[in-house]
Amino acid sequence: MYSHGSESLIKQAREIQEPELQKFYSRLVKLLQTKDLSHEAVDSLQRLHVILFATKFTRRLTSELQRRLLSLLSAPTELIQVLCSAVLRETLPLSGQELSYNQENISQLNSHVAALLLSRAGSRTELSSFCAQLLRSLECRQSEGPSHMFMHILPVLNAILTQSPECLTEDHVTLLSKKLVDWLRYASITQGGGASVGGFFTGPRSRQPVPIAELDGTVSGDFFTVLCVGQGFTEDQWMNVYSFSMLRNWLLTYHFVSTGIATADTANRLQLSLSLSHSFSNDDRSEVDGSVVSMVSATSSSSRLLPPKERLREKAFQYCQRLIEQSDRKTHRRIDTELQKVCLVEAVCILDCVCVQDASLVYRTFPCIKALFGRLSSDLSFARVLLPIAQFYLNHGEMAAVDCESVWKLVFGRFPAELFNDPFLAHELLRFLRLNLESLQLRVPQFTRSFPNLLKFLAWNSPAVVSDFVDLLPSLVTAGTAVELLHTLLDLPCLSATLVLQHRSVCLPISDAGGRSLISLDAFRSPAFRGLFLFLLREESGSGDTIDRLSTLHERLAEAADWPRVVQCAKTVPVLLHIFFNTVVTVADQKLLAHLILVMLERSSLLLNVPTYVRDVHRVFSCHLLRLCKQQPSLVVDQSHELLEFAGATANVYSKEEMYTHVVWVLGEYLSVSCDSRCSVRLITSCFETLEAVLFEITSSTQPSGSLHPAPRVITTLMSALAKLASRSHDLIPRVSLFLSKLRSVTRNGPVAWCSDEDDLVAIVTRGEELWSLLKTPGVAQSVLSPSAHVNTPQWHRDANVSMPLQMRALTSLTQSQTA
Amino acid sequence: MVRCFLIHTVCPVSALSAGESRVLYSRSFGPDEAVLSDRYRDLRPEERRLLQKEKIAVVARQVRSAVSLFREASERPPVEMLPGDEALALQEADSGVERLRAGDPFSVETSALWLGVQSLAFTLVCEPHENLLLAEGTLRSLTRHCLDHLHMLGQGSEVLLRSNRIDALLSRLLPHGQLLFLNHRFAQSLEKDVAAYMAK
Repeated sequence: MYSHGSESLIKQAREIQEPELQKFYSRLVKLLQTKDLSHEAVDSLQRLHVILFATKFTRRLTSELQRRLLSLLSAPTELIQVLCSAVLRETLPLSGQELSYNQENISQLNSHVAALLLSRAGSRTELSSFCAQLLRSLECRQSEGPSHMFMHILPVLNAILTQSPECLTEDHVTLLSKKLVDWLRYASITQGGGASVGGFFTGPRSRQPVPIAELDGTVSGDFFTVLCVGQGFTEDQWMNVYSFSMLRNWLLTYHFVSTGIATADTANRLQLSLSLSHSFSNDDRSEVDGSVVSMVSATSSSSRLLPPKERLREKAFQYCQRLIEQSDRKTHRRIDTELQKVCLVEAVCILDCVCVQDASLVYRTFPCIKALFGRLSSDLSFARVLLPIAQFYLNHGEMAAVDCESVWKLVFGRFPAELFNDPFLAHELLRFLRLNLESLQLRVPQFTRSFPNLLKFLAWNSPAVVSDFVDLLPSLVTAGTAVELLHTLLDLPCLSATLVLQHRSVCLPISDAGGRSLISLDAFRSPAFRGLFLFLLREESGSGDTIDRLSTLHERLAEAADWPRVVQCAKTVPVLLHIFFNTVVTVADQKLLAHLILVMLERSSLLLNVPTYVRDVHRVFSCHLLRLCKQQPSLVVDQSHELLEFAGATANVYSKEEMYTHVVWVLGEYLSVSCDSRCSVRLITSCFETLEAVLFEITSSTQPSGSLHPAPRVITTLMSALAKLASRSHDLIPRVSLFLSKLRSVTRNGPVAWCSDEDDLVAIVTRGEELWSLLKTPGVAQSVLSPSAHVNTPQWHRDANVSMPLQMRALTSLTQSQTA
Repeated sequence: MVRCFLIHTVCPVSALSAGESRVLYSRSFGPDEAVLSDRYRDLRPEERRLLQKEKIAVVARQVRSAVSLFREASERPPVEMLPGDEALALQEADSGVERLRAGDPFSVETSALWLGVQSLAFTLVCEPHENLLLAEGTLRSLTRHCLDHLHMLGQGSEVLLRSNRIDALLSRLLPHGQLLFLNHRFAQSLEKDVAAYMAK
């Protein structure tokens, strides 16, 4: 599809030199001077567009060419209009050649010129005046001028309003609201385009106009909507389409604009609610039977009494009600069936919008929304429509005292469980959650409980939704969910693999395993493992934090470790873990934090073996283990048993270097009476002995050659930890010193088996010597290796007394380096 | 409302570094948001244009990586399509939607809907509260017309040399970025109009 030809065309366009370009311009000016433009002229214009478009830097046209192009904007052929507009959009206006349209010639404004004007508007003031002109032209729009000229005005206005609602004045709001009411509610109900009833022999005079039809072919008995069809359409029917297309944005915008008149609004609302019962029974439809009446505004319906904005709200309400009713009709074409769904989404959104603005409409709307929910809720192909309905229930359910349980069962239950692989639903559902977080946390208890289900979106399509989960995750972390949530996040790659298996087992019949047999697929289908997979696929939390046979599950899923979907998912987990830990410290008490440390230690060896996943998770664990302990040093004494068990397992030195280093550091740093008074000499000694044994083992020369080397960082961390512990319990000092002296003598005899890099060895020995020297004067060692808390507080430099230990430390290090 | 529509590559292009995307067509709707922002209001017009081009490039890059990751995850082997297979190519197209956070690249949050057809993506960027179901349908219909009228499954460069056709399509199916609710009769009437334009 993308050819070398296109690539070289872009290259040529970019490399074209200025003199050549000037020649091209002057040739083009000549070509554009003839009355009927030649093929060559059209072709050259198109090439000019490529030249301008292909570079991000601005090329300037000659003023003559620019003038010529401006004049051709209103050329009779659309091709020329399109090309000139496109070319001019890619360049900059020359001073003195600005486009200007005033009230006299604005009726000549075609859609392509309007696009150019919009793109060239250089300030808010320019936009405001353009907006005002367009609105004025709508106002005085009568039979003069070709009607299709006005079709594009609404989209242009909508484009301006979307980005700059400040362009609207209160008069504009009134004017456009009135116009929209006319187009929405009073478009012709007969077919346009010359369709008529009458036989071959009937003269044109006696022909009757044909009424518009519904999508199922029956004659329409009500007002025109976008779901009505005919052989052709009248102009006001087109305007009906344009009006409805911009209606929601308009309702949102004008509300935004007119918040300044809140007091007047209350009065209006009062008037509105007074007239409601009246307008409900006295339908103004009866007074309208054609376009003529709809355009004449002098009807005397009750809703005519309403101020324009409220009247538009009322008409929007009626229009949407009619759309919902029309969407139940059988259609013959797929495009119409789809449009029905699209219209339902829009109708429910608009109804929600008008109900937010005018709460009195809630009671009139709910029956219809309820009925719609009843009609659609069992059919998941309407999920995208059910989401706006859920929004409606969330916004107004409480006020109308409606039971929302079945709505939340769908949104938090069936949607994620069954539609996790629909990227659009995922996008919309997660957006819905993001926008309504506060309200959901307050009113919908299922929300937090449903995290195992919601995470299916992430497990299936991680790259597309990770950004949503970054925002959502903090609200799912509570004291009650934290432990299970942590396990669930760690098992996310398993969930991803399971969803793939579930998908495959649905797609492939049992007899055909897709050419190759998969251990994981067999396991998925086997009753022996059903419990494990069902746990992963659970919809709600609360059935247990994790499962016993995780390692069995990991074995069965081992082959999934290189499935792209699983790998993608595994890459997002560390990010979410960081968010999890950052949030959990704000909601957890000491007991919970202690539990989380246990989970980290336990799960560090229970992870699906996805490339780099294990390493990345260990890194996150290390980082947060450190932060948790720093924040609550007594956690180390609390969990000393488990931490020591971890630190005492030599295998961890090799398989979990990062974690191991941090655990050892934490033990050395925080196992101290100054952090927790429960810290006994016995505890320090037992920790010392555990670490000493490991250090001795990994630095013994009896290791078989070719086995793994411990990382130098692990060795130095162990040495430092031992020295720190010894500085707190002086009986231990001789034991460290002995080890350190041995270390020095061993390394003097040449290379050692446990460290192959000479620089590393030198660094290790240097560290050993430093510690040894320090420990020779236990008092200094204690103040350096276990400084009291106030030394590390940032105010030391301001306080002469407090800063003493620091000065001592500096002095000591100077003298020690000289003696060493 | 739709912010912009673009057609860009999602395949490796020799002149570009990996992950980059070549934008073959782009159209922004409405006023330039830089004009309306306090931060960028004082930019010179050529700087504003540059900024707008860069924003489009950001969208293209994001979508390119989204399409690649989507295809990688779905593990479906690519099928080569030839001119004439337009309907099938559209049916087989991958599709998805990306959230573009506020400031990255547009000042407000937007949603980028994409349709990956072979080595190209067709992308619509819209306001996130927009009716995405309607946007999806519009994107599909735009893509179908582009494939048909610009013979995009072939080797030619009509997407560059006949870009006016895309402009004309957009002015009817997505006038000034306005998504339209069109039933089959309205759609047919517009298609007739499109066909008349293309015939000239």
